[in-house]
Amino acid sequence: MSSVIVRVKQKQIAQLIAKGKRLDGRGLTEYREIKVEQGIIERAEGSARILLGKTEVMVGTKIEIGKPFPDTPNEGVLTVNAELVPLASPIFEPGPPDENSIEIARVVDRGIRESKTIDFEKLCIEPGKKVFVIFVDVYVLNHDGNLIDASALAALAALLNTKMFNYEIKEDEVEIKPGYTPLSLKKHPIAVTFAKINDKFVVDPWLEEEQVMETRLTITVDDNDNICAIQKGGSGYFTPKQVLDAAKIAKEKAGEIRKKLNW
Amino acid sequence: MSHKPEKLLDKKGLRLDGRKPEELRPIKIEVGVLSNADGSAYIQQGKNKILAAVYGPKELHPKHLALPDRTVLRCRYHMAPFSVQERKSPAPSRREIELSKVIRESLEPTVFLEYYPRTGIDIFIEVLQADGGTRCASITAASLALADAGIPMRDLVAACAAGKIDNTIVLDLDDTEDKIGGADVPVAIMPNVNAVTLLQMDGILTLEEFEKAINLALEGCQKIYSMQKEALKAKYVNVKEAEE
Repeated sequence: MSSVIVRVKQKQIAQLIAKGKRLDGRGLTEYREIKVEQGIIERAEGSARILLGKTEVMVGTKIEIGKPFPDTPNEGVLTVNAELVPLASPIFEPGPPDENSIEIARVVDRGIRESKTIDFEKLCIEPGKKVFVIFVDVYVLNHDGNLIDASALAALAALLNTKMFNYEIKEDEVEIKPGYTPLSLKKHPIAVTFAKINDKFVVDPWLEEEQVMETRLTITVDDNDNICAIQKGGSGYFTPKQVLDAAKIAKEKAGEIRKKLNW
Repeated sequence: MSHKPEKLLDKKGLRLDGRKPEELRPIKIEVGVLSNADGSAYIQQGKNKILAAVYGPKELHPKHLALPDRTVLRCRYHMAPFSVQERKSPAPSRREIELSKVIRESLEPTVFLEYYPRTGIDIFIEVLQADGGTRCASITAASLALADAGIPMRDLVAACAAGKIDNTIVLDLDDTEDKIGGADVPVAIMPNVNAVTLLQMDGILTLEEFEKAINLALEGCQKIYSMQKEALKAKYVNVKEAEE
């Protein structure tokens, strides 16, 4: 967007925020409406579609048999990938993942991995040789801001919906048996993203706020109110006190969302 | 393959390399180590060995990336194939692309970008040997390389991580502590402005532990900041002596 329009908007958004208001009528720590649909792609082992206001993200999970990493021979593998597909926004271009989509994937991955949501040892078939690999593919369908939170929610919703196929080992070969068991998850990490605009924090920034924000801060919180991932983004800064205040708000917001979605 | 130690803290509360919880690893910093670069710095922090070089402000290629009102800061964080136990492919990994982004964003607030419209400044970071905490050491070195290149800055950026091992909050984790430990919180600050410019975390921390970790990391940054200033001055003392 042209920098002139951004500057005009910046002023308007900042003035409103100073009064505790936002352009779309929300409070400073209020999320947009969250809608979740699960099991929408039959070919995927698990799937979900999240609407966060107008931001729309779909996630499909696939499970394959692969090799473990040499340093964790007894553990399955989680691979998170994010695609900012060109149909989702005029600013997305076709091509290999850029730094923004890699960042989204890695922040989502960190939240799931570090909170120990998945019991990776249960995904081991034969130590050092065969394990289950869970692919979580994040597909952004409409970009209206806060892709990280929407992607993290969608990834978790899809994992909650994921079915593991039953198997048996016969003469070193894995034989797939009929029927499925749900993948059990131990935690429900929720990412809470803040935007800093004129030295004030707002939760769940939508597109116009993202365009004028100086800095972004994402804090992922697990079911026990522990912090399991943090990521600062954008070229601004904040004070240590702002960080600690944000952590407290993130804890509350994550709890609220988890309650609302019954996770 | 390296074996995994059971405990990271001994009975006296000392770490595997003999450090106290709130102690930094030995750090050596040199400024102006590469003659072709406009600015450069080298840092050794524990077994970390990292070079940072700055080229610019200069004409930007490709030209369409240039901005009419400010310079474009670009950053490449890259690990040498021999820098880690198992050879790392020299192609940029997803981790390196993410780190390049967060390192760039940690340095952008300090540079007066608006002084050099339509140009670019390139920061190249090469990790020659990695031992945990490379992103922080890279930021420490890169901000010195920027200063060495004579680029106007609001402050130096000093970076340091804190984390949790065996339920104790400690400063400046090395590779083993980072891999087995419970959490890692890398932080970068502009000390004079009291501004946090890099903040990440992985692992599990309660709110109280997180507050403790961030405060410890900030203390570490202050110590590194004074070493940075010394290293920067030392270069010019050396130049002066050579002139005489």
